[in-house]
Order: sequence, then C-alpha cells, then structure tokens
Amino acid sequence: MSNPNPLGTTTATFVGMPKFPTMAKDALANTRQRRNLLHATHTIRAKRAAVVDEVPEWQDLRRNGADTKDEVLANLEQYLVQLEQKLTEQGATVHWARDAEEANRIVLDLVKAQGVDEVVKVKSMATQEIELNEALEAAGIHAWETDLAELIVQLGDDRSSHILVPAIHRGRAEIREIFRTRMGQVGRPAPDNMTDEPRELAEAARLHLREKFLRAKVAISGANFAVADTGTLVVLESEGNGRMCLTLPETLISVVGIEKVLPKWEDLGTFMQLLPRSSTGERMNPYTTMWTGPAADDGPQNVHVVLVDNGRTHVLADPVGRQALRCIRCSACLNVCPVYERAGGHAYGSVYPGPIGAVLTPQLRGTSSAIDQSLPYASSLCGACYEVCPVRIDIPTLLVKLRTQVVDEHRDGRPSVEARAMKAAAWMFSDSSHLTKAQKAATLGSKLLGKRTALGAIPGPAAAWSGARDVPVPPKETFRQWWDRTNGGNE
Amino acid sequence: MSTAREEILDRIRRAQTDSAATVSVHEAPAPETLDTQPMLELFVENLVDYRAVVHQVGAGEVAGKVDEILRNHDCRSVVISPDLPDDVRPGELDPTVDDGLSAYDLDKLDAVVTTSAVGIARTGTIVLDHTDGQARRALSLVPDVHVCVIRADQVVTSVPQATAVLRPSVEQGRPLTWISGPSATSDIELNRVEGVHGPRNLEVILVR
Ligand code: SF4
Repeated sequence: MSNPNPLGTTTATFVGMPKFPTMAKDALANTRQRRNLLHATHTIRAKRAAVVDEVPEWQDLRRNGADTKDEVLANLEQYLVQLEQKLTEQGATVHWARDAEEANRIVLDLVKAQGVDEVVKVKSMATQEIELNEALEAAGIHAWETDLAELIVQLGDDRSSHILVPAIHRGRAEIREIFRTRMGQVGRPAPDNMTDEPRELAEAARLHLREKFLRAKVAISGANFAVADTGTLVVLESEGNGRMCLTLPETLISVVGIEKVLPKWEDLGTFMQLLPRSSTGERMNPYTTMWTGPAADDGPQNVHVVLVDNGRTHVLADPVGRQALRCIRCSACLNVCPVYERAGGHAYGSVYPGPIGAVLTPQLRGTSSAIDQSLPYASSLCGACYEVCPVRIDIPTLLVKLRTQVVDEHRDGRPSVEARAMKAAAWMFSDSSHLTKAQKAATLGSKLLGKRTALGAIPGPAAAWSGARDVPVPPKETFRQWWDRTNGGNE
Repeated sequence: MSTAREEILDRIRRAQTDSAATVSVHEAPAPETLDTQPMLELFVENLVDYRAVVHQVGAGEVAGKVDEILRNHDCRSVVISPDLPDDVRPGELDPTVDDGLSAYDLDKLDAVVTTSAVGIARTGTIVLDHTDGQARRALSLVPDVHVCVIRADQVVTSVPQATAVLRPSVEQGRPLTWISGPSATSDIELNRVEGVHGPRNLEVILVR
C-alpha cells in the first residue's frame, strides 16, 4: 500500500475537490441538511437494531459472511473464471474492464450497437464509481436513473450523499420544487396540483418514469452478488424500478465489480439475511431479482456482464486493506457514524461516503490528492462502524493504517514518529475493549492535569514530534462517554 | 498486448503472492425450523407487517376468493399465464391469457393472478420461479394488483431453506423474483410509501 495506486481512476468530478475538513465545514453550516441527516440516520439505525435483534444467530451469520468473502478474495481468480464460464454457458456475454475508462467504453459500444439514444438505469454504485452516466451523456446517450432517490439527485443536478438513500439530504419541499421545475424538461411533467406529500411525490415519479420503462430497449444495472457456481446475478431493491429495468428491455448490461462474486448458490442463504437487515432495517427488501443468463421467453434476451477491476486488485494486494473488499454496500456504517451524521455524504468527495468511503476510496484511488489524504482522518475512531458491519470489516484499524500511509508519504517514505504512534493506535483500535481502557486511562490522567490545556513537549521518543507543537490535554471524558451523556451531541 | 481479462487475472495472482490461499470458513448457522403452525403464523404476521393483505382459505375456496379480491379493487381486467391451474382461475372477469403481451398491453390491465414457488416465514417473502402458473416476470410487475396464491406446504422457516429448495430452478436457468410486500419507497424523508413502480397492492391467498 506504499505506492499511490496507478490503476484506479479518479475521475473528473472529484479531482481538485477541497479536502474533507473544508467540505465538512460547509456541510455543517447547512442546518437543514443536518436536520434531515440526523432524522434519517437515527431512524434507520433504530430499525436496523430491531430487526437484527430478531435473529439470534446474527453473530454466526456475520462470521460466515466475513469468512465467505475472505475465501473469495483468497481464490478470486478461480471464482471469476468459474463465474465467467457459467455465465457464458447460460448465454450471457462476459466482458472485462481494467479501469473506469475501459468499462465505460465497453458499455458505450454495447449501447450504440442497439442504435438507441437512451437507457434506463438501476441504482448502482459501480456505475457511479466509473461515472458511466457522464460518459454516456458525452456520447449523446441519455441515462435515466429510475430509483426515486437517484431521480431526485439527477433532476436536481446534485450528487448523492448516502449509499442507500442518495437524496437523504433533501426535504420534501425541495423535492417538490425539483420535480416541478425539472420533470417537464426531460419527459412527463409533474402533475399541476402536486403537493409535497411523499405519496404524491412518489406518484409523480411513477408516472414520469413509466413511459421511460415501457419504451426502453436497453437497461444498465449493477449487481449485489454474482454467484460463481450457477452464474446467477442478484439485484435487491424496493420500488420495482429494478424489476422494470431488469425485465422489460431487450438488452441488459450489468456492471459488476470483481469483488462481488460469491462461491456458491447456497451462500445467498447468509447474504440475503445480512444485507436487507443491515441496509434498510427490513427483514427483507420488497423485491429481489435473480437471473442466470437470458431466460427463455422471459426478460432481456441480450444479456451482458462487465467485470470491473478499477483499483480493486490494488486493494487486494494489501493483506490488511483487502478486507474492505468484503463490503456489501449496506451503508450501516454510515448510519451509525457520528462524523457522517454531521458532515453528510458530499464532504467525502467520493461515491463511497462515510466510514467505508474513508477507507475504500483512498485505497482504490491512492492517497495522492488532498481529498484522499484527508479521508482517513474523517472519523472519530469510535468503532461503531465495525460493530454494525455485517461482514465485520475492521474500519477503525484500516483508517489508522491509512493515516500511517499518508503520514509516511509526507516524510519521503521514512517512518515517522507519528507513523509509529499510529501503529500503536492500530492495536488500540483493533478491539473496542482496548480502546475503552485506553480512553479511560487517558481521561483519568487529564483529571489530574487540572485546567491545563496543553502538555507541552513530551519527553522520550515522541519529543521530536511534540517539540514542534502542543500536545493537547486528553479529554476529561471519552468520546463514548460524551456521546452517551449528551445523546450524541444533541443536548 | 494482453487482453483485459489476462491482465486482471494476472494482477490478482500478483496481489495474492503473500496470502496462504486457504481460509477456514466459519460454517453458516444451521437454519431454525419452526413447527408448521407457528411457522405459518409468523409468515402471515410478517406479510401483514410489510403491508400485504393476507387471506387464508381451504383448497376449494381459492377461485371464489380471487373473484372477491378483484371485485374489491374494482378491477375490470385481469391477466394470467396460460398454465394457471383451473382451481385458481378467476371466474367473474374473463381473464386475458398471456401470449407474449407487450409492456404497453400489460400496462392497460388492472390485475394479475399467479401461483408461487416458495414462501419464507421469517421474512414474509414469496419467491416466484416463473414456472407454470407463475407467469413471466413482467406479468407480476406491471399490473397494479397482484393476487398471489401460495400453498401452506410451500412455506419454509428461513432464507437458507428457501435457497436450498430453489437450486434446481436456478440450475435450469430460471429467473427468480423475491417479493416481500408491495412495491415501496422510503426515499422521501424516510417516510414509507407503498407503491412506486411495481404493484401497489399485494394480496396473498394462503391455501391451508
Ligand atoms: S463497510 Fe460494512 S457496514 Fe459499511 S457499507 Fe460495507 S458492509 Fe456495510
């Protein structure tokens, strides 16, 4: 992980973006956004906790999920080759893409071959990551997002701020305004008398999108899972827009990250429990579509799968960092993160916001830009993300490791004192009991220090580092103690 | 110049030189199996919780219930697959039998009646594998009322048992549709609204 990643593509949108602290400051000033975010994250958090409690074997499911993904990553070549073979046997066409540009070119060629100038899209992180919509638009092809939240974001010329609920930062009045002013420009206008009732807004989206679904010849999706031993692709959704895209058009193109593969069909028994409960806090999402190549007389007969690397093999090469590839994009870590809750998703300058974004993005793109260097610091390291993660990704440890890397890069590769301190911190954050103990010790120390606000130079190995700056006095209570006392800073 | 495929596989090989390729996988927990009665109760409870309407009938009463549901929704048209069993077939409305109807044709129809493949009690889910009376995927998607018939002996307790039952369908290349309640969104201030693009009404007839 010491080399900046040469493989992933930092595409135009995020280049030159101000770093996290700058973006977060702007976001904090936006009180409406903060209110919306707070409401949304707390609602999903409570729902998730309730449905996870219904499953007594939850911890065993998490372990099985984490191990299954690790096993895939350890034998990725074998599983991808098997997946390709099965997909091909079932009548699908498989393509491989080294990076975003190559993936976009493949999709564009496939779309052009159908002679159409528009496509319908199922919400997909992979296509956002490679900025497919922009690439299609540049070639004169309109890509219509059909997920309600994605539609709100697209019509609002906005960027998404949450993996699962991209328009989480928007309130109903804003959504009404976006629909009223923009729908008519790209298709069926919003009804004249539409209020800001969620039911009426959803109805407007239904009517607006229906004409696009019915006439669409080509659809583009991602996939939540790709099963190697059967060649089955899986998409989970709620609204039915996914089913519309996955079944009505003649051609279906699915853009799939190479880490999405699962070894065998039965593994879905675990993941179809882990994902919905972690994600929307539901026992099961309303709709899931699973397809194994083109089905006789049912759905698209022209089925393509684009397997995308775009930096994933770079992440794989890091024995510690590779666990980030287990991520099933449930977004549970966003909803519990005290930093995300206040800063919002835009501040992360990446399609993957929140704790997972803070570790995955700099690994995929390298830590060469200001935004990517700042991301590993966009966390309080409280450990809540690790506790909710359905595949047990140790995000706090990965963040600390990335900080070390950023620090090292600023020292021309020589390990610095700060870097060594971060290594010690990695141990501390590897287990929440270590953290709790260390924090208790630190706050106890600070009580003895009275009113002093800085410690001055520390003797010993840290002297070179602390000599040039004041070491702040450790806080009087731990972050978690503060969090509990103030109800998350809301009192 | 190597192809993208070769290069990606090569990158994977190089990325893994340091890893001992064996990972011991913590077994998936054995799925819980409830007795029939509590299992069916849980199934119904979870279906209702996700806003499906559930009717429980005896074997001879299905067609009558189908008619009643269609009447309640003021349906004037209904579509079915050619192989929908007779004892499930609506009688009062003359059903349109699917012969490859276009999406536009389906959009003009009010309701659809299908059978199903598996029910999952713990999640309130019904899975269609689109064989026999379950019709093509588009039929259970486009009309606004979906009347779905499931037999009590098709219900299992949890997700892993369902995937086990469904393996043969998948091996035959059948697509699957998992349905848990009607179409819904929570995208506007996290308010749940039933019905966006899929059917806004899911009526389940459980045959016991
Ligand atoms: S890191 Fe874990 S909790 Fe966060 S989105 Fe990925 S799977 Fe979910």
